[in-house]
This record gives sequence, structure tokens and C-alpha cells, in this order.
Amino acid sequence: MTSLRTRHLIHSGRAWMALFVCWFSATVTYAIDSPPAASLAFQVDRTQPKLVKIFGAGRGGLEAYQSGILVSADGHVLTVWSYVLDPATVSVVLNDGRRLDGKLVGMDPELEIAILKIDATELEFFELKNMVDVKPGDRVMAFSNLYAIASGNEFNSVMQGRVAAVASLAARRGTFETPYRGRVFVLDAVTNNAGAAGGALTNRRGELLGILGKELRDSSNDVWLNYALPVDIVSLSVARILSGKPHDTGSPAAQPVEPVTPQMLGLILVPRVLPSTPPYLETVLDESPAAKAGLRSDDLIIMVGGMSVASRESLIESLAKYDRVDSIQLTILRREGARQDLHEVTLRVR
Amino acid sequence: MSIQRSRTIGPTGPKLGWILLAILLQSSPAALGQSEGISPQLQAAESARIAAIHAVMPATICIFSPSDDSGGGSGVIISADGYAITNFHVTAPSGNYLRCGLSDGRLYDAVIVGIDPTGDVALIKLFGRTDFPTAAWSNSDLVRAGDPCFAVGNPFALATDFHSSVTCGIVSGVHRYQEPSGTLIEYTDCIQTDASVNPGNSGGPLFNAAGEIIGINGRCSFEKRGRVNVGVAYAISSNQVQRFLGHLQSGRVVDHATAGFTVSSRADGSVVVTNILRTSDAFRRGVRDGDSIIALDRRPVESANSFKNILGTVPQGWRVPLSVVRDQTRREIMIRLEGVHAREELLQLVQSGEFEAKPEPPSRPPGGQQKKIPSSPDAPEKKTPGGDPASHPVDMPAEVAAQFESRRGYANYAFNRQRRQEILQRMQTFYQIPEATSAQWHVTAQHSQIGPVTISLSQNDAKAVFASGRVETFTATVQKTSSPTKDPTGSELLSALFLTKRLLTAGHEPFGDLYYLGRSPWPGQDELLDVLVGTFETYEAHFYLDPNSSEIRALEVFPDIEVDPFELIFENPVPTPLGTLPTRLRLRASDRDVGTIDSIEWTSISPQEDRS
Repeated sequence: MTSLRTRHLIHSGRAWMALFVCWFSATVTYAIDSPPAASLAFQVDRTQPKLVKIFGAGRGGLEAYQSGILVSADGHVLTVWSYVLDPATVSVVLNDGRRLDGKLVGMDPELEIAILKIDATELEFFELKNMVDVKPGDRVMAFSNLYAIASGNEFNSVMQGRVAAVASLAARRGTFETPYRGRVFVLDAVTNNAGAAGGALTNRRGELLGILGKELRDSSNDVWLNYALPVDIVSLSVARILSGKPHDTGSPAAQPVEPVTPQMLGLILVPRVLPSTPPYLETVLDESPAAKAGLRSDDLIIMVGGMSVASRESLIESLAKYDRVDSIQLTILRREGARQDLHEVTLRVR
Repeated sequence: MSIQRSRTIGPTGPKLGWILLAILLQSSPAALGQSEGISPQLQAAESARIAAIHAVMPATICIFSPSDDSGGGSGVIISADGYAITNFHVTAPSGNYLRCGLSDGRLYDAVIVGIDPTGDVALIKLFGRTDFPTAAWSNSDLVRAGDPCFAVGNPFALATDFHSSVTCGIVSGVHRYQEPSGTLIEYTDCIQTDASVNPGNSGGPLFNAAGEIIGINGRCSFEKRGRVNVGVAYAISSNQVQRFLGHLQSGRVVDHATAGFTVSSRADGSVVVTNILRTSDAFRRGVRDGDSIIALDRRPVESANSFKNILGTVPQGWRVPLSVVRDQTRREIMIRLEGVHAREELLQLVQSGEFEAKPEPPSRPPGGQQKKIPSSPDAPEKKTPGGDPASHPVDMPAEVAAQFESRRGYANYAFNRQRRQEILQRMQTFYQIPEATSAQWHVTAQHSQIGPVTISLSQNDAKAVFASGRVETFTATVQKTSSPTKDPTGSELLSALFLTKRLLTAGHEPFGDLYYLGRSPWPGQDELLDVLVGTFETYEAHFYLDPNSSEIRALEVFPDIEVDPFELIFENPVPTPLGTLPTRLRLRASDRDVGTIDSIEWTSISPQEDRS
């Protein structure tokens, strides 16, 4: 724990301060909302019916599962937008063990959240509040199906922790690769593990404070971030998705000044023969960023920044969302003899 | 994780325990009391938490390998004479001799007692005191997600002064099933916690808020972030450990159980029997493929995982209730659980040291879309194979060597010998069998089905003469007929009485091969009884003994493998010329009462001789 905490300190000056704040405010916070321990287990039990387990598409060695929460009695499920949702329908498993098909209603590419719909009624659900009062030091609980530990009607996992900081997500480029640059709750517990994204962050009364974000690693120092997207921000986005309005093309900060092209990275793709030509590498230019990152001809690029790219065209489109100063994480599938291996590389143009 | 390597993690390491304690002390009631508005309940809760932590710290131990390079871990003392629990994967690389640091700053020698490789539990015994501080068990079935808990142990081998570290958290999940990593170790019905558990914490206790043991920490979900805690640790439930404790005290290599069939979940949510073995006890009890399972061991079965969870908490050989439904009819059956491994297979797995998953390479091969299989926090850096004393370079001190005896199938045969001798001594005290009478015994009794009977029991055979003139004989050395009859008047009964006499006189002459199995319940009763297993020629007898007096309560005689035993239940013991012996026996076979023998009189004088 100590070493993990030390890492957090390195990556963000704000979190560093916040941890001190949390240390000293801890007793006060404890005094303000301090339900007897027995009632925490009670709150955990009460929260479980509002959580779902989502099983969808995996990619190579990547997890085919994530978490989600119910946001209406009629089966609207809030989760994160990721490759897991690639299939037309995914499996949504309710707390009582029912396994239902989830269909995508809409998504927000900036927050990277999505709404699924399942065919069920009279469900317990979280209220998406427009305002939320969260301060550093607040005690929180994180619910998710991290590592897909639970299946069927087994309970999702719960962790406790404190809000370490309320801060904007990496207001500089080249660190956490996410289009979202807004406010997040930084947490002092290791909440954002594989499969945890889409889970619930609540206070100790079980009220929703946010949803657990996708796994984010600072590519410059290899630190993983534990954070949640605030419910007020999520709630606006959900309202937009449900109203069917096309998504705002994003804040200017998210728009690259110089969009990346495959050529800038030294990638020469196989020729486009069909609309769905897969993004295989024809060649990699010598001395290019791609060559330095170890890419080779015949590698197949399957993801850019954790989002799947099924075709040559979608690869070009995805790369264009990055600026030349951004680090780009590529996931490739490489065939060597009879076996296929998955590799992750990080590269940038510069 | 090797101690050598982990030491390099941070030179300030050993102070961590003190820092944590200091933090706890800062938030002591005195300090809290100065703040306005803190409720008395909160102050009381905080005081209780601090008191609980202080109370259990002395009972937690730091375990080191004497050779100092094959790892280390944690443990907890459960009896004042020094029995302690840890993980099998902590003791395996160290061999049979361990050193344990206590918070009194002293290092104590310890010896391996028993191991449960599948459940990842080892029982060890510390030397040097008779007043070791102990921690108490709690009922882990009462633990709920959200309950506060704390782990105590020796993460990263920081405790060079033997003061363990404490990490607090909550219970993240209960009744978790974690499939085997590698070939052997399987965590069933375990407790998941977010309290920090790191390499070196293995084998250490997980406590509830009151400082009672709810589990033994042993496994974590690690992944791409490296081998440090990510908030997901698993503890073997205290109830599982307690159920295996009797077996572990036998000094044996203890096995887990199989029901004799596999299960699968159907779309309608039911859990059904598949692939039942025709040689299994469950098959003989009438269980068939397609039967729907409602409950096992009185716990509801809701999924294939929950079935595996319940099964994993029961030692080999126990008989447990199974509820099945076929054609809308519910049936309650007692099934005997057989060993999940073949005996030699288990011993070979233990000896090979290949029971743990290897650490995953940084870039994993594709196709791994299944769940992440957690691993033991400190296993992958192990290199010495376990269980092989010859591979151990460090000599045992004389005191430890005197309590260790190597034998195939046993972690430490000395403890089996010791337990067996204690039981035989208690048995002698209870039965008071005079030495001179051991040669020939005679029994006159009233058989429920065929009236008066006289039975003679001698060294190598037995004979029954019924009032009708019918004569039954039993000779231990003669091969049995191929199909056992379960005839309550025949050789089954004679063999059971013959073997009983052999055990009762075992204090005077050896029984044959006799060992202490551990503790098992007699069907339908919660109380755990001591079990001695004796083999004589082709017969195997399981004697169920009162845990205090060692009086024989019941006996199962297995005339052969893969058949039902003949059962004898002993009642109403009274003093006789041969000692304190039962006046009534109930006879059972294949779940049915098959008769009684009443008004039993025991004598060393032959009735014929008496008449003449």
C-alpha cells in the first residue's frame, strides 16, 4: 500500500496535497457520516440489486467483461464505452442471476460512457443526481465486478476508500490517454482494476457519487490512476444520450491541432481492397516511431488507445483524434509460426 | 518473494509496522475525545478496534525459512502449546523445520505437523513455551460484504523485529470460488477483502472487528500492475480451516473431497448431476445423472460455483447430507465424500513443487478471455520443491528433530504416532481391559432377528453359534467371497466384533496397521469424533471415538474397496469382567438399520467350559 501511495504522489502534485488533507480530515469525516459498522454491510446488501455484470467481446488476451449500473426501473444500464460493447448485443447479468441481452442505446465518445437497454421492469436503480457534494477525505465505497470474480447471482465486489482529490483529469497531453479532460474524483484505493470500469462509486449511505472510469495508465511513468467520473457530469451526458441528440463534437481541448496520420508514425498499411480491409501493416518505415516501437510488417493493429479498430478506415479515423504530441497506445496481434501473440506498444510522432 | 530481494524494496521497511501503530495510537480515544461532536458510540467503536488489534498482534507470527533464501510468510497461533496455522505454500519451500518470530522479539523453532495442499493450509507447532498467546476463531459463515476487517502479517518481510504489520479494510465479497492456479491449490468458499495483502502476508490471519480469525490470507489477484496489492485478496475461511484441523493434527498429507460426480448449471438456473462415477458412494446411494441438486451439507446449492464452494470446505471421507430432486420428488441422502486425488497423485504433486501457477509473462498469449486466475502473493519466486526433507540443507535442532518423523503419506509421522498413543491410552483408561484376557473372548447376546447367540473371538478368527444350531465362522486370513452379503448375522458382524476386540486389546498387542485419521462427524451429528483407521488383512475398519474419553461410539468395516461398509453403533457400556463394554449394538448397512444385538454379556470364560 505504501509503495502504491508513493506512486500516486509522484504523478500528481494535487493528489499529493489531497492526501495530506485526507489524512487530517479523516477523523472529522468519520465523525460526520459514521454509521455503525453493521449498517455498512446493510448498505452493501441494499446496493447490490442496482449493479450488473456485463459480458461482451474480448480481444486477444483482453478482458471480455466490465461492470455497469442500473439507472432506470425499466432496464437502462450505464456503463463505459469500450471494445467489450463491440457486439450488437452483450450479456447483462442482474444481481438475481438473470442473464439478459443488452442493446446499445447510445454513447458519449468524450466521456466514454454508454447506455444499454435490457428487457426488464421494476428494477432497483441508482438516481442520477445533477449535483454532488464530494470533498477530498470523504469516505466512499466502490462496487464493481473487477476481474469478473462474481458470476451469476454472486455479489459484486465492494471496496472502501477515500476521495484523495477532486481534480481535472491530466490537463496536459501525453499522459493519460483519454478524450475526457474534465473533473474526476481521484481515489486512494485500487478501484480501477480490469473489469471494474462502469462500476459504482457511492458514499456510505449507498448514494451514487460517480462511476468508475476505464483503466488509465500514465504512459510517461507507468502509474495507474484510480478515479471515478462524477455523477453530475455523467448525468448530463446520459440525458443527452437518452434524448437521442447527436453528441456535441467535443470540447476544443480534445481537438488535435495536428492530427496524426499513419504516415507520420511510419506505418504503411496494406492497400484498401474492400471497405472492411483489416489494418495489416504492409511495411514499417526505417527509423520511424513505429519502427522504434518494434512494429513489423504483417502486424495487425486491433486497437488504438484501447478502442477496437476493425478496418483500415477506422484505424485512420482513430489516429486522427490524436495530436502529434500525444502518446498513442496500439494493440497489435502478431503471428509467429502457429501462435498469435498480443502486444501493446506506445509511440508518438514528435 | 524472497526475503533477500524484498529487503531491497525499502531500507525504511522495518519501521512500517511502527508507523501504522503510531497512526492507530494517534486516533486513540484520548485524541478523539478532544474533538467536539464525536459520539460516544464512535469513541467506543474506535477503542474496541484498537483493543482488538493490540490483543491479536502477539498471536501473529512471522515465518522464516532457516535457510533464509526460500521465502517467508505469516501465521497465527491457535493454541497455548504452540500450534499455528499458515499456508501450505509458505511451508512447502522451507521443508519441515521453520523459524517463527513473535512480537516478544524472540525467534522460536517450529516443525511441520500436517498439510492440506489443495486447501493451501499447513499446521505447524512452535517450541519453547507452553503459554503462547493465541487468537480465537470466528464463524466465517456470519461474515458479510461490508464488514470491517484487518489483516496482520509480514508483508515484504518488513518485520525484522518480528512486529507484524496491520492493514485495515472491509470484506469485499464472501463465498468466492477461485479456481486452481497451477495443478493443486484451489480456493473455495473464500473471503475477499480490500485490506492490503502483499507478498509475505501469506498464511497470516484476517480478523473481524472483534479480533477473531475469519480467514487465513493466501491469495491475491495480481495482474499488469506487478506483484503488489491491487485491493483484491482472498482468505481461506475460518470454518474451512477448522473443519480440516482434526485431520491436520494427524500429521498426514490431507486431501479434499469429490462427490463422485460433476455438476453443471442449466439455463433454468438448476444445478444438475453429470458424469457420475458408477463406483462412487453417491451412485450406490441412488444419485443419477440429471438429478437436480438443491443442497449439500445443509447449505443451498444455487450454482455450479456454490456446489464447488461447499464441497471444498469438507475433508475427504466425511459423510454429508445431499438433497436432490428427481421427478418433482425431493430426496435426502447421506453421501460419503471420496478423495479428490488418488493418494499417489497427491503425494507426487506435493513433492514435485509444481503446484503453483508460474508468473505470467508481461505479454500474455491470446485466447485468455477467461477470468484472471489469482495467485499466491509470494509463490512464484519459490524455487525449492516442497515436502522433500532430503532437499533441505539446514539441520534441525535436536528438539525439533525429536518431533519429526518422515514417512510417505505424512507431513510428520511423529504427530500421528503421538495422537494414536494418546488415544490408546485414554481408551485403556476408559475400558479397563485386563491384560490377561486378551487371548479369547466370549459373548452371549440376544440377536433381534434370530434370538440367542454365543460368539467366540480369538486371535485370528471368530465363531458364532445361534440357538437354531446354525454356525457362522470368520477367519481373517481367508479370502472373502466376492460379493459381501451385508447379512447382520453373518461374517460381516463377526468381522466387526473381531476387529473391535483387536482394537480394545491393542494396548497389549499390536492391532496391525493402525493410524489416526483425524476428526470426522458420525452421520447426522454435528460433533466431531476422533477416527482411528485400522487395516487387518483385507479389512479396513474406521473407529469413531469420543473426543474426550476415546470410547468407541461407532465402527465402519469395509470388507473391500468401492463397497458399502458394515456399521456398528455401540451403546450402554457397563463394567464387565473384560472391562467397560457395551451391552447393546446397533447394526447398519447401506443406510438401513439391519438389526440389534441386546443383553450382551462379555466374558473370557467359554460358555461350553462353564457348562462342563
